[in-house]
Amino acid sequence: MKLLTHNMMRSHCKGAVNGFPLKLNFSQVNIKEIEFNPDFINRMLSRLEWSVLVDTATQLGVNEGLPEMLPENQEIDDEETLKKIHHVLLEVEVVEGELECPETGKKFPISKGIPDMRLNEDE
Amino acid sequence: MIPTPKTPNLKDYPSVYPPSEDSFLLLDYLEEYFTEKPSPLIALEIGSGSGVVSTFIKTLSPSTFCLATDINNIATTVTSSTATLNNQDIETVCCNLGTSLEGLFNKVDLLVFNPPYVPTEATYNTGIEASWAGGLFGKEIIDTFLPKASKFLSKTGHFLLVGIKQNNPVLLCESAKELGLSGSIVVERKAGIEKLWIIKFKRSDE
Repeated sequence: MKLLTHNMMRSHCKGAVNGFPLKLNFSQVNIKEIEFNPDFINRMLSRLEWSVLVDTATQLGVNEGLPEMLPENQEIDDEETLKKIHHVLLEVEVVEGELECPETGKKFPISKGIPDMRLNEDE
Repeated sequence: MIPTPKTPNLKDYPSVYPPSEDSFLLLDYLEEYFTEKPSPLIALEIGSGSGVVSTFIKTLSPSTFCLATDINNIATTVTSSTATLNNQDIETVCCNLGTSLEGLFNKVDLLVFNPPYVPTEATYNTGIEASWAGGLFGKEIIDTFLPKASKFLSKTGHFLLVGIKQNNPVLLCESAKELGLSGSIVVERKAGIEKLWIIKFKRSDE
């Protein structure tokens, strides 16, 4: 599971009002080299919950100088910064771990990089 | 013509829908769709099964972020393997009709669903039946998903849905209007006894 995917995920437990962000507990993280596409990163910026990305990257120890906040126009010219964002969005993969609903505490396993978000009928 | 992505030996995974005529129709249409050179930023597939469709989208459009989902956790494992076998990088999540990915609302540029569409007595959440049993008129899963499709789509996004004649595609397009979706049949093909179609929807509230 990449951090870009985590950024898009919401808990849907019964009674969870916000369900975001899902807490991340990890036991295995891989780094996978992905081709850098600055245009992709720039287009994606406005679709991200930026502070959650920064917090999660920090938690995983992969925040190597991400800006605290995005500029007003949500565009970044500096290639070094774009590369740092590229790295945390696409190259860091949680292989084994779990996601936890911030409101109910329900845990969703991540196995072989795939989160299992299924709930039982009563959840 | 780009070849169909390789898959692991699907005989080892009997609960996973093997690429069939409906899958190939969708792959053929996707090739045509991409000749117009769209550049979807985010693609989401519901019911990825073997993973050939999402892997194919990534092959056609390497700069697209591709997320494949399926309710069957064996299918999501196979999807992930298919992507790897074809040297493509896609994300996979096991979930029911995209539930848990609400952060993608208004952001999906290419939404794809080859749903369970066969008319049956019941629908299923597990096993191979989950991949083809569509309930009443084969439309139950489609009808459950349509309101969510409208929420997932970005302003200029497209939703490609596969089905058969019994699902009444004309009625589907009509009722989708109330959900803010405007759709039309873009391709039809006869495959054995099935009359397959693909509808392309977009948001009509723009």
